[in-house]
Amino acid sequence: MKVLVAVKRVIDYNVKVRVKADNTGVDLTNIKMAMNPFCEIAVEEAVRLKEKGVASEIVVVSIGPKVAQEQIRTALALGADRGILIETDEEVQSLQAAKLLKAVVDEEQPQLVILGKQSIDSDNNQTGQMLAALAGMPQGTFASEVVVEGDKVNVTREVDGGLMTVGLNLPAVVTTDLRLNEPRYASLPNIMKAKKKPLDTKSPADLGVDIAPSLKITRVEEPPVRSAGIKVADVAELVDKLKNEAKVI
Amino acid sequence: MSILVIADHDNQELKPVTLNVLNAAKAIGGDIDVLVAGEGCGAAAEAAAKAEGVSKVLLADNAAYAHHLAENLSALVADLGKGYTHIITSAGTTGKDFMPRVAALLDVAQISDIIKVESDNTFVRPIYAGNAIATVESSDAIKVITVRGTAFDPVAAEGGSASVEAVDAVHDAGISAFVSEEMAQSDRPELTAASIVISGGRGMQNGENFKILESVADKLGAAVGASRAAVDAGFVPNDMQVGQTGKIVAPNLYIAVGISGAIQHLAGMSGSKVIVAINKDEEAPIFQVADYGLVADLFEAVPELDAAL
Repeated sequence: MKVLVAVKRVIDYNVKVRVKADNTGVDLTNIKMAMNPFCEIAVEEAVRLKEKGVASEIVVVSIGPKVAQEQIRTALALGADRGILIETDEEVQSLQAAKLLKAVVDEEQPQLVILGKQSIDSDNNQTGQMLAALAGMPQGTFASEVVVEGDKVNVTREVDGGLMTVGLNLPAVVTTDLRLNEPRYASLPNIMKAKKKPLDTKSPADLGVDIAPSLKITRVEEPPVRSAGIKVADVAELVDKLKNEAKVI
Repeated sequence: MSILVIADHDNQELKPVTLNVLNAAKAIGGDIDVLVAGEGCGAAAEAAAKAEGVSKVLLADNAAYAHHLAENLSALVADLGKGYTHIITSAGTTGKDFMPRVAALLDVAQISDIIKVESDNTFVRPIYAGNAIATVESSDAIKVITVRGTAFDPVAAEGGSASVEAVDAVHDAGISAFVSEEMAQSDRPELTAASIVISGGRGMQNGENFKILESVADKLGAAVGASRAAVDAGFVPNDMQVGQTGKIVAPNLYIAVGISGAIQHLAGMSGSKVIVAINKDEEAPIFQVADYGLVADLFEAVPELDAAL
């Protein structure tokens, strides 16, 4: 079974985000970039499927500038077999990303597509579901367990209030939640080997997709700052303040 | 302008967050219809018909929608939604699951998790886990939107008298099926709907110790939450997690117990009206956002608080 994994290059999750002074966006100059954490979980899941003998080939795809090759190489070092970079310097929004991935799905015909549930920059949580709709595939979103059985996959999903398991016909789309697995680190020999694995580059035009966005971010601001209040001496003072000052109990 | 609101419900009851979404619809302006899709969900449709500002309730009652499978629900919503200028629902796990499919089927973008309506085509939403706030303008003919319920007040649950119309069209894609679910059983309010939340962090030391929080919660009618550290340490199940990667809450009162205040946690609760922090480490970052801070050993302070209520 062929598995396609989509990964995104984003700001490293440990980096403090700063809004540009002119309110046009977030300052990304000289900022450390990395693979989106949910995408790392997607790669790990695919590699585990291969180790179990369920997956036969893992193709990793990313959309972004030339440097996004770094994230594809990381995925190759973790165990993916080959990479595809859809190279563009333009901003690609979720629907357009889903259309690009749909074009790759048409070419590659994977049985399973695994994506992170959301990227930690735009926080949209859309691309996997949109891809599933465009490809006419079922989806298992926010997965905490993925079990492939024959021509079906059972996906346990983290939903409000608990867990829900759905059974999907293959081919299907899965989006990962945090507790699906704990991604491994790439070993040095594997990082060296990954440099020799094939990596194709395509443009959105090669795939016949118009990536013009329909949403425009007109302003980006810092969130309102909460200031520290007061320290209370003991529980009695706390209860008194909550009852008589804040009036919340 | 005409707005289709997709109701949140569990086939028995209309979920309160629907009333918050209706307020977001009201802020957009225009006629508001509500779709209740499920199986045996007539009572939820009747409840939606009584909500303030609703013109008409569409009731799609069929086994295909029983578990809100995204494949079936999105086909129904995309079909009905063609005649509207806006399609909106809450950004709970059901809305997050089916709504992007609706957008893709209609070939439009989705605007996720809005916290404010600026105009009928401009909306405000957090990005970078709430570390930045973006204003987004849409040029699509149909705006597909998910709403962060806690950012909007609810409309009145009673007083309306909308008609309920049955939708006969059945969209069953036949490519997915419900297998099972494991829902946490609790008499306490849901985390995202509670007016008071008390959460524990790594300082709780183990799951057993959460009982002292539960006792306080029961006196206050509060929900019990946890930080990611407490969830990752295995103290409590992950559906209790408040934070960037868990639930976003904005109650009237949030009590953080033994929580240091990592950015990831603050992203999930800093919209609360009043924040109380109880922590023995007076340098803990949680105190920088707390209205009332108590530097104390939680194993002394919480039972004392329990006794004082």
